[in-house]
Amino acid sequence: MKPAAFAYSRPVTVDEALRLLAAGDAKVLAGGQSLVPILSMRLASPASVVDINHVAGLDAIEVDGAGVRIGALTRHRALEQDQRAFAANPLLRRTLECVAHPTIRNRGTTVGSLVHADPSAEMPAVLALLGGEIEVVSEAVGRRTIAACDFVVGPMESTTRPDELAVSAWFPHPPPRSGSSWREVSRRHGDYAVAGVGAIVTLGDGDTVASARLAFISVAVVPVCVDVSEALAGQAARSLDVSAVAEFVSAAIDPEPDIHATAEYRAHLARVLAGRALCAAAADAVERSAA
Amino acid sequence: MSAEPLHDITLTINGVPHPMQVPARRLLSDAIRHDAKLTGTHVGCEHGVCGACTVLVDGVAARSCLMLAVTAEGAAITTTEGCLRPDGSLGAVQQAFRDCHALQCGFCTPGFITTITAYLDDNPDPSEAEAREAIGGNLCRCTGYQNIVAAVLRAAEIRREEQD
Repeated sequence: MKPAAFAYSRPVTVDEALRLLAAGDAKVLAGGQSLVPILSMRLASPASVVDINHVAGLDAIEVDGAGVRIGALTRHRALEQDQRAFAANPLLRRTLECVAHPTIRNRGTTVGSLVHADPSAEMPAVLALLGGEIEVVSEAVGRRTIAACDFVVGPMESTTRPDELAVSAWFPHPPPRSGSSWREVSRRHGDYAVAGVGAIVTLGDGDTVASARLAFISVAVVPVCVDVSEALAGQAARSLDVSAVAEFVSAAIDPEPDIHATAEYRAHLARVLAGRALCAAAADAVERSAA
Repeated sequence: MSAEPLHDITLTINGVPHPMQVPARRLLSDAIRHDAKLTGTHVGCEHGVCGACTVLVDGVAARSCLMLAVTAEGAAITTTEGCLRPDGSLGAVQQAFRDCHALQCGFCTPGFITTITAYLDDNPDPSEAEAREAIGGNLCRCTGYQNIVAAVLRAAEIRREEQD
């Protein structure tokens, strides 16, 4: 359980980090809460590790009228505790509270979790649910922005190139008159979710539902977004009948069995959690709209 | 095959500088135990699940098996030895563990001591439910956790008594 040997570098600027990544067979070390165990179990043995923890200016949290932008070194815990981000988009904190344990969140970075692209990770699904973006930079291609829906392409596989550094992620705020929620089931709070789902419900006239969207984790090899507006539009947000949602969910997900749950149980959880998440998000939408 | 390069680093552990030469792949947990010879920190699962190796990095709880020693240079590291009082007697959390019989074999204890110490700095007056949540990332195979939850509350009490 010890990593294989690697060359270690500790750049202090983004340009220096990009030059090191351009040399090839390098991994970026930020929080290390996924990378270090991968190295220790020798699931990966890169020639070099580029430690970006001393690069200045990558740990900002910027909140404006459109969204929340975080840097590559913004720890989960910092985003979770940021009052301005919470006021603007409470879904971020609500979901981060389910990301591993506080001790892991103290070190782990949200952008790192996005790039790691674990199919049971919460934040890639939240980014996709909100329609967010990731900004990456490399020497070869320069700066580019990747939409969340194009970002995760397989288990532990994102569309970042090996020589690219993800420098920031942008989580747009949900539309006005919206509410949000996160629901998941895990064997123990903080463990990987057996299934999980985020919901955003947007109100139209009065307190009726105009649109509703879900994003699931642990029920396919990538986060799965489902628009369920058709099943709920026009309903009173205070008394949702979510029975029509199940067939949309079943059609979108493709769960696999493992030691923790059968595929059937995961599908069942996804449908039940979807209903609960939608009711909670609808109630949140009513409350926030009244405030 | 050429020898693996070594890095000259100095780790500040419990306020004491520890100069050492380590390969980049040396985990912080191993550097603390084998290079700084501070064996209070225990290594359990070595992949971030059990919490036994938890230390404080600049006052914040972190798994030392999930950090490279070279990354920790410049940080103030606190281990369970650093949770003693300046006169060498048991710190508030350690005393609470003794008072409440919150350990049996003791293997997981160093991780609990550091985790709870940092937690009480943030939340000096936790409820029982909050105490349970605070230790949710640490595994204990002996106690069944009841006495550890009691020790979190007792440690908070000791700290309050000392402030009065």
